[in-house]
Amino acid sequence: MNAPFVMPALGPILPELVLAVGALVLVLIGALRGEKSYGLVNGLAFVVLALAAAALVAQPAGKVLVFGDSFSVDGFARIMKAIALLGSAVALVLSVDYLRRENLTRFEYPILIVLATLGMMMMISANDLIALYLGLELQSLAAYVIAAIHRDNVRSSEAGLKYFVLGALSSGMLLYGSSLVYGFAGTVSFPGIAAALQGQSSLGVILGLVFVSAGLAFKISAVPFHMWTPDVYEGAPTPVAAFFAAAPKVAAMAMTVRIFIVAFPGIVGDWRQIVVFISIASMALGAFAAIGQRNIKRLMAYSSIGHVGFALVGLAAGTAQGVNGVIVYMAIYVVMTLGTFAIILGMRRGDTYVETIDDLAGLSRSQPFMAYAFGAILFSLTGIPPLAGFFAKFYVFAAAIEAKLFALAVIGVVTSVVSAYYYLRIVKIMFFDEPAQSFSPLTPALKTVIAVSTIAIALFWLAPAPLVSAANAAARSLF
Amino acid sequence: MYQAIVFLPLLGFLIAGCFGRFIGARASEVVTTALLMVSAALSWVAFFQVGFGTGATRIQLMNWMTSGALSVDWALRIDTLTVVMLVVVNSVSALVHLYSIGYMHEDPARPRFFAYLSLFTFAMLMLVTSDNLVQMFFGWEGVGLASYLLIGFWYQKESANAAAIKAFVVNRVGDFGFALGIFLVFVLTGSVAYDAIFAKVGGLGEATFRFLGHDWHALTLAALLLFMGAMGKSAQFLLHTWLPDAMEGPTPVSALIHAATMVTAGVFMVARLSPVFEMAPTALIVVTAIGATTAFFAATIGLVQNDIKRVIAYSTCSQLGYMFVALGVGAYSAGIFHLFTHAFFKALLFLGAGSVIHAMHHEQDIRNMGGLRKHIPFTAAVMAIGTLALTGFPFTAGYFSKDAIIEAAYASKNPAHSFAFLATVIAAFMTSFYSWRLYFLTFEGKARWGADAHSLHEGVEHAGTAAQGGHGHDAEPASAAPHHHDDHGHHGDGHHAPHESPLVMLIPLGLLAIGAVAAGFAFKEAFIGHSYDAFWKGSLFTGQGNTILHDMHEVPKWVVWSPFVMMALGFALAFYMYIVNTGAPRRLAEANPLLYRFLLNKWYFDELYDFLFVRPAKWLGRFLWKTGDGRIIDGLGPDGISARVVDITNRVVRIQTGFVYHYAFAMLIGVAALVTWYLLRGGAH
Repeated sequence: MNAPFVMPALGPILPELVLAVGALVLVLIGALRGEKSYGLVNGLAFVVLALAAAALVAQPAGKVLVFGDSFSVDGFARIMKAIALLGSAVALVLSVDYLRRENLTRFEYPILIVLATLGMMMMISANDLIALYLGLELQSLAAYVIAAIHRDNVRSSEAGLKYFVLGALSSGMLLYGSSLVYGFAGTVSFPGIAAALQGQSSLGVILGLVFVSAGLAFKISAVPFHMWTPDVYEGAPTPVAAFFAAAPKVAAMAMTVRIFIVAFPGIVGDWRQIVVFISIASMALGAFAAIGQRNIKRLMAYSSIGHVGFALVGLAAGTAQGVNGVIVYMAIYVVMTLGTFAIILGMRRGDTYVETIDDLAGLSRSQPFMAYAFGAILFSLTGIPPLAGFFAKFYVFAAAIEAKLFALAVIGVVTSVVSAYYYLRIVKIMFFDEPAQSFSPLTPALKTVIAVSTIAIALFWLAPAPLVSAANAAARSLF
Repeated sequence: MYQAIVFLPLLGFLIAGCFGRFIGARASEVVTTALLMVSAALSWVAFFQVGFGTGATRIQLMNWMTSGALSVDWALRIDTLTVVMLVVVNSVSALVHLYSIGYMHEDPARPRFFAYLSLFTFAMLMLVTSDNLVQMFFGWEGVGLASYLLIGFWYQKESANAAAIKAFVVNRVGDFGFALGIFLVFVLTGSVAYDAIFAKVGGLGEATFRFLGHDWHALTLAALLLFMGAMGKSAQFLLHTWLPDAMEGPTPVSALIHAATMVTAGVFMVARLSPVFEMAPTALIVVTAIGATTAFFAATIGLVQNDIKRVIAYSTCSQLGYMFVALGVGAYSAGIFHLFTHAFFKALLFLGAGSVIHAMHHEQDIRNMGGLRKHIPFTAAVMAIGTLALTGFPFTAGYFSKDAIIEAAYASKNPAHSFAFLATVIAAFMTSFYSWRLYFLTFEGKARWGADAHSLHEGVEHAGTAAQGGHGHDAEPASAAPHHHDDHGHHGDGHHAPHESPLVMLIPLGLLAIGAVAAGFAFKEAFIGHSYDAFWKGSLFTGQGNTILHDMHEVPKWVVWSPFVMMALGFALAFYMYIVNTGAPRRLAEANPLLYRFLLNKWYFDELYDFLFVRPAKWLGRFLWKTGDGRIIDGLGPDGISARVVDITNRVVRIQTGFVYHYAFAMLIGVAALVTWYLLRGGAH
């Protein structure tokens, strides 16, 4: 009865510990020093993220299961966590100037980012349904709050509220699905579920899987669970949208990949239909709906929906090659997205941020650096070789072809062509339309992010090996 | 040496074509003309070496392409037939180059003109030296291209562009047949090289080729397809319509391309492929019939034409018909001999006509000429020589070759031979009539140009002036031509008396006149006489039963005399109608208005083709463009898709209402749809 308390091994969860403890310390500092502590807390938040990243990098290779096998630290988790940490950190960089100008310098913001990041890390490593739910809720709750961080702004509040209500619904579905799966498999552990099913699916498990998928699809904003995305991106402050579009997507995608690959490896044929369906729906809707957008944040929301669809093509393959494609895709997607949002944050005239596409008219003449960088990013988003976006699509489509999902690959390419329209229209507006009123100069932080992301995109083809081989090793760690 | 003959014109083309702007017009003229002269001189050396010595050879330049069993070389095949063509092509081309220096001296685009001329010559040389059908096709298309470029040389002129396109399109019809013929020959013999083909055709006499559910005699089909190409290039009946229009080009071009050389390519091709044609008697009947028809029909049109160049153009057409008659009855050497002599006198006539046109300041209507002999005596003299040669006056070039053809047509066993004989004899009469008519109207009688021309105009020629006016570009002076300055005096002005052409134009005329007189007499024995075997050395093939070369010398005396009688009658009639009783033509035309118009309008071939092909083609084109491309492909394709994309976009955007319960509903619908899908699918398996 009095089982000796055994201290679990904390080494594998050191990055998470750093974030958790760091968040608590930051809360204390904020509480003690009041509103004026934003600068200090923000700086310390960077330190916490950096420490977590350092702890992540310092981890030995190999697969470790801790906390009763509910927390898995493997190659896949490490690379996805690295991407998520990078996304969070850059989103934080992007926010500083914006928050100051909009008078949003509250110390809660960086703390919430850190907490959300902690949630993401747990999502990525979650190896059973309970851990997954915990991580998901931690991330989501933090996200609901920062979506509405601009309390005085109706649209920001509306965005936060919508996100919360729909997020609650999706969480409910996820939980309901989890209960079904538990009921039919008798375990919540992913490897346990796989072992229990033994490659045989029953209708109950399938139903559970459908509901779980719905919850996951909401997180990665895949169609038809995407509807919150455009409203939240548009309503939330721009750095928040940048944050939402990058790191949480990576974490949610990692979680999705892990649950499908690790918990349901034997019934690929069954869950592939769900993935194919939401993949096609996402690619198509992302491509078509974005055409009708005038607000660039809404446009990026649909763009991110489309990109999630493309990434899901790799998952649909259900192979190590496919997972490799997903990892590469998400890494490149994060870089492109952060670059894009850095540009959007640069669309500022004095203290006013503008958000329509037409504000970019003639940018090539007023701000050539910004225009050319954005042009490169847009071509990359379209998937034009030799930019990074092409390779991202290439790997997932190649995996789909290998898995004989020809129709999916063809539809993906077709929607990619359709999406070219709205990306290239922005290029056309920037380079060929009569100049609109020019923007204020870019801040050094934005400039740096834009430059780094553009260079990474433009020169990826020179050295794709580090990312691709790392992704390859990570993908194999799941199988 | 042979490489030099073939490639010097190409060098000239490249120099004048690429650097004409930098080195100037004069340098371009000199370079191209000098290179052609060298080439022509070497050709004559080759002619005597190969024709009267031994020197037939094959020069491999390089392999062009190899694909499976198909292997095509760039090679020069040098035998007697080749050297004859080399002499014809290079001599006429060199003289035309020289002549053009004078004729084109006011044209600002002379480098381009000379570049085209040299390009043409090169392509023609590739054609005649070809060692295989594909290389011949290369030259064949090359001369077609050069012809197109030169007919449309004055591209500012709409009629010139139309004529150039017409020539190109009509030739496409023939070339289509030619290409199919090449394919069929390749299918039958497995090779496109002459030697390999000729070696194999002997064993293919009974071969058949299944096409459209019918077994055709393979060699007949191949020969007919190849002949279709020849018909297009040599402006034979049904595919002849482009040649008269081609007179839109500068006159030296007409002389070189549309009289002496390119249009004889068809004749050359049939002669070169004589082993194939000899194995296809049916095809030879067709060749004879088409040739005879052309000879007759073109001559009838020539009777009433008023444009000096068009008369000669129809004459060319008619003479090409003679050549095909000779080929068709198996007298290949007679056909080539006529080709050889015809090149001299027809080039002479064209260049002489050019000299007249030059003297008359680009007036081409012979009704507005007359009495020119006193003003341009040298031109008149050489034109007279050319006319004599064309009509076959004894001991001129045409006498030997044309009479040989008529005799061969009589002596032949070809079923079409009596038709051919009749047609060629009657055509000989008409040839004589229209040639002398041309001469008399141009050089004799009263002057119908200058200040007092208008009063004279009316009673002179046929009543059909009105009909002429409505009909295209016949007598249209080169008003849009760049060299045609307004101050240059139209025929009505009377300021400028006709003047003799410069020496640079007269020298070629003189040389060609010598050829027109002597070429027949000098080479008669070699081409069709006793030295036949020694001269041709097997480069023309005649089958076992083909004794035409012997038979044609044994025809009755009246046959031998008939062309001469016809020639004399034609001359007499022309003399009566245009010198003695100048009112007669008009009365004759008024008495037979239908026939007159039928001839004047060239048997209504242009109208017929316009109705049969051009209009349906235009209708089809318009249909495919407006309905097919515009409405269906664009409508359902790019335009339709983009419209649908916009529709979908609008609909998708409308779903995004902003209401949370709609969003939640969409999520539930999604889950419900997936669940339903799995339930319907039967769930687990």
